[in-house]
Amino acid sequence: MAPGSSDATYPEDLRYHEEHDWARIEGDQATLGITWFAQDSLGEVVFFDPPEVGSTIQKDSSYAEVESVKAVSDVIAPLSGEIVEVNDALADAPEQINEDPYGAGWLVKVMLTSPEEAETLLGVEEYRKMLDR
Amino acid sequence: MRTPLYGQHVDLGAKLVPFAGWEMPVQYEGIREEHSAVRRHVGMFDVSHMGEVEVEGPGALAFLQRVLSNDVAKIQIGGAQYSCLCQEDGGVLDDLFVYRLGGDRYLIVTNAANHESDLAWIGRQSREFDVIVRDVADRYAMLAVQGPHARQVLGPALGIELPPRFHVAHARVGRRPALVCGTGYTGEDGVELLIDPEVAAPIWSELLDAGVVPCGLGARDTLRLEVCFPLHGNELMPERNPIEAGLGWCCKEETGFVGSGAIARARAEGPAEKLVAFEIEGQGIPREGNPVLHDGEPAGVVTSGTFSPSLELGVGMAYMKAALAEVGTGVEIDVRGKRRPARIASKPLYAKRS
Repeated sequence: MAPGSSDATYPEDLRYHEEHDWARIEGDQATLGITWFAQDSLGEVVFFDPPEVGSTIQKDSSYAEVESVKAVSDVIAPLSGEIVEVNDALADAPEQINEDPYGAGWLVKVMLTSPEEAETLLGVEEYRKMLDR
Repeated sequence: MRTPLYGQHVDLGAKLVPFAGWEMPVQYEGIREEHSAVRRHVGMFDVSHMGEVEVEGPGALAFLQRVLSNDVAKIQIGGAQYSCLCQEDGGVLDDLFVYRLGGDRYLIVTNAANHESDLAWIGRQSREFDVIVRDVADRYAMLAVQGPHARQVLGPALGIELPPRFHVAHARVGRRPALVCGTGYTGEDGVELLIDPEVAAPIWSELLDAGVVPCGLGARDTLRLEVCFPLHGNELMPERNPIEAGLGWCCKEETGFVGSGAIARARAEGPAEKLVAFEIEGQGIPREGNPVLHDGEPAGVVTSGTFSPSLELGVGMAYMKAALAEVGTGVEIDVRGKRRPARIASKPLYAKRS
């Protein structure tokens, strides 16, 4: 068993991307973040470098960076859209990404430009299966 | 390869990573916690991947004086000394501690990644000398117990006398012969234990019970970088000489060691590039390989970079054009396309407030 995997959580109401990102879709907007698995692999996050509000992000491409003490990791966009809000609280408390990856540790909110892309994302069961492989 | 403590690391839920052919713990609970345990209390590192080479015989001193950069004749019995192992052109093959165990008996502790090549080099160089060179890496497990409370915890826990800094003592640990060395790689007081692999697991457990915090290679790296200890493979390599690296203090050219001629020239001429320490001003974490810019022009390259848990900012070391390598000089670090302002800082980056 992977260390700490008993703490792993993957909420039912989210859509997941293979690169360990999640999306909470509400109408034509979505909140994005990284999954429990991603933050656990990375270790303690010490810096989140957010994109600018108003910039556009492309599904499957990097839109931000999260850094732990030891390494930097690209954050891959699960969906395409325009950034409408970034989580400014992470500038002073990037550890929220570890402590509450689906809550206070959210990264950005986007206005979706291709909402139909959501159909290509994984449900929680599919994502869990992918992690078990 | 696995150290004798592999099972302990797995039991503690360590994240294991490949390192120089070994499966080593990079962290247990987290690098920041482990880092601060060593700065404030006491932590322990399994460094059994490091290699040991014994040199013994009537020619031991003359031989080590030939292969090591420092003045080996200065080491008393029970003493320890830091040195570089250089090739003819002064390039650094490894940096290491040598311990004098007896009149004609010395122990060298090598970096894991260089152990085999060091051994081959040392073996070749030893032919003209009356010495025996033995690879004794399998004979020892190595535990570094480091931190301001290391001595007060370790002495009673193991029931042994601890040697002063830069000394080595013979002791019995777990009822087996052991070496206790007053050395480390963290900038804190502490010791390194060279013990029988058979007793490594029970000793580890005993120290855990005594409150010593297990620490991985992640914290080892942030700790050494804050105090600007060079790492072979990052700051030191065969393409760089000790003068560029700021290690001129451990090179005594008058001893005639291999590489001394080239190093004497480098010292007289002054190096084209120098190893500096720097701090990022504001956001950003520098990483190995990031370009260093001065007035927008290339001025150097980062050799190690990290987030400093003690200073809570991005720090690193870099080779810089010597003319620009002044403490206080403002530079920019190109961190994946973003230019982060930084300033060359004096070494060490972290020093205890006294």
